[in-house]
Amino acid sequence: MSTETVEKKKSGEGEPLFSKKNRRLLSDPLNDNNPITVQVLGICSALAITVQLKPAVVMALSVVFVMGAGNVIISLLRNLIPSRVRIIVMLTVVASLVILVDQVLKAYMFDVSKQLSVFIGLIITNCIIMGRFEAFAMGNGTWKSFLDGIGNAAGYGVILILVSIFREFFGAGSLWGHKLIPDDWYMQNGGFYHDNGMMLLPPMALISVALIIWVQRAYNRKLIEEN
Amino acid sequence: MKFLQKTIEKFDPLFEKGGKYEKLYPLFDGFKTFAFVPEHTAHTGAHIRDGIDLKRTMITVVLALVPALIFGMWNVGYQHYLALGLAGEMSFIDNILFGAVKVLPMVVVSYGVGLAIEFGFCIYKGHQINEGYLVTGMLIPLIMPVDLPLWMLAVSVIFAVIIGKEVFGGTGMNILNPALTARVFAFFAYPTYMSGDKVWINTATKEGQSVVDGFSGATALGDLANAGTTQYSAMDMFMGFIPGSVGETSTLMILIGAFILILTGIGSWKIMFAGVLGALAMGGIFNVFAEYAISPEQQAFMAVPAWQQLILGGFAFGVVFMSTDPVSAAQTERGKWIYGFLVGFFAIMIRVFNPAYPEGIMLAILLMNVFAPLIDHYVVQANIKRRMKRAQVQTANA
Repeated sequence: MSTETVEKKKSGEGEPLFSKKNRRLLSDPLNDNNPITVQVLGICSALAITVQLKPAVVMALSVVFVMGAGNVIISLLRNLIPSRVRIIVMLTVVASLVILVDQVLKAYMFDVSKQLSVFIGLIITNCIIMGRFEAFAMGNGTWKSFLDGIGNAAGYGVILILVSIFREFFGAGSLWGHKLIPDDWYMQNGGFYHDNGMMLLPPMALISVALIIWVQRAYNRKLIEEN
Repeated sequence: MKFLQKTIEKFDPLFEKGGKYEKLYPLFDGFKTFAFVPEHTAHTGAHIRDGIDLKRTMITVVLALVPALIFGMWNVGYQHYLALGLAGEMSFIDNILFGAVKVLPMVVVSYGVGLAIEFGFCIYKGHQINEGYLVTGMLIPLIMPVDLPLWMLAVSVIFAVIIGKEVFGGTGMNILNPALTARVFAFFAYPTYMSGDKVWINTATKEGQSVVDGFSGATALGDLANAGTTQYSAMDMFMGFIPGSVGETSTLMILIGAFILILTGIGSWKIMFAGVLGALAMGGIFNVFAEYAISPEQQAFMAVPAWQQLILGGFAFGVVFMSTDPVSAAQTERGKWIYGFLVGFFAIMIRVFNPAYPEGIMLAILLMNVFAPLIDHYVVQANIKRRMKRAQVQTANA
């Protein structure tokens, strides 16, 4: 990581806002370096809140906000933070942002906030966030850090949303709380269909993530290890 | 036969390298070697005692399953007519016919879906067709309740073959027993069709028929887990005249299967024996400590004689046909004893302590499947350590 940041520093000044390199900061985490499917970080929340689409989207947006803002703040402060206490400073920053998100959710989306319960608070411990602070924001300019934060959070969010679509559709026959499978298809109404209860259990989140990794690796040959 | 062989050989060039249908070679080879002895010969100095290959191993297991299958079909019919109060009038053939109409579609769906996926993967990956699914495809219908809708069976099969087997690299590479993976998937995905007292007996009535008064469709195991008593005698349970998954009810038929497996050396008698020992040990412990149970129902279940646990539910079927799966079981000889013992031990423990999962054997085998490589590792390490020690003693003496 250190060589990467040094390299980035050198070419920091005087390039266009969306240069090729900066665009890569955004697009890399979506596929080649996805925090969930490639780095396998932040799995715990992927497991807990992907039963339905709505909380997953809210969670994804919260993480986008926390990571974008957090990366910017850390990047601004990066030359002022004594490196001995940097983890504590990072924790303070991310905790303040999470509390902000939590309060907003409680005020405007109380039902979703109740569903997400402790997991909004647990964004603080999400390894992706601390990882990006430490690996990227501490050594890069504000704009780059912002792009990196948004990109990684989006990479996390995309997987969350994919998994939750899969789980909500097959587990409850609905999306965003709307029933998609007609009622008279169900067995209790004389039809033939029955929701898959396994989808609502946590193991299925891991299996869905594994399936996504499988598909991704089948298409993206770069990810396959040599041995 | 000569004619058939000639006909098949005529098609050889089409499928061989450079032929028109080169891509479909695995499929062609699969069917050819199904009918005739493979032409593969050993090139090095092999000492062949018996030309047993995977195909013959698998067919032997399927043969060992046939008694349980036929009895299962009969029992499906028998239980159905018993529930309608007509058992006295129906002949052996009537029962078998009714059962066959219910069970054969399950077998066909299981084989059809599973083999289709297997063939697809073989052609995609370009390797030969493995025979591993022959046994799995027969096991799956035998461990499902008769009233399970066929599409649920198909979904479970798809899950088991893809997630349980193909993602790990196909036959011989799987960690979990694929048939049990199918069952555990169905169990958690569609619990209302896999447990309770409605699913084990087909109670569809025609005009003029009705279910007898006081009918209960609960299995003996379900009764004991929930209420602590059952209406069925030990003899019924041993012979298999009880409701349950299609092939699991008759301990006698399973014993015949076990006999075939042990005689041909295909199933490990060590695992089976150790499994029975483990179950007896746990059953014995429960008998001694029954008075400390938290509820009267549990106390009654804990007090069930240890030997009776062996003929309840799917224990016998699981220990004989599932835990001995050569791929997912422990490989080392001492490991087999440990593995088998723990399978039996945990099966009875789960069964008694968790009434929500009366079928403890399913979870116990899957749990031990996961631990089997660990057991093997420590057995091998212990062996290395012992021999190192011996070698050192010898050099010290010399």
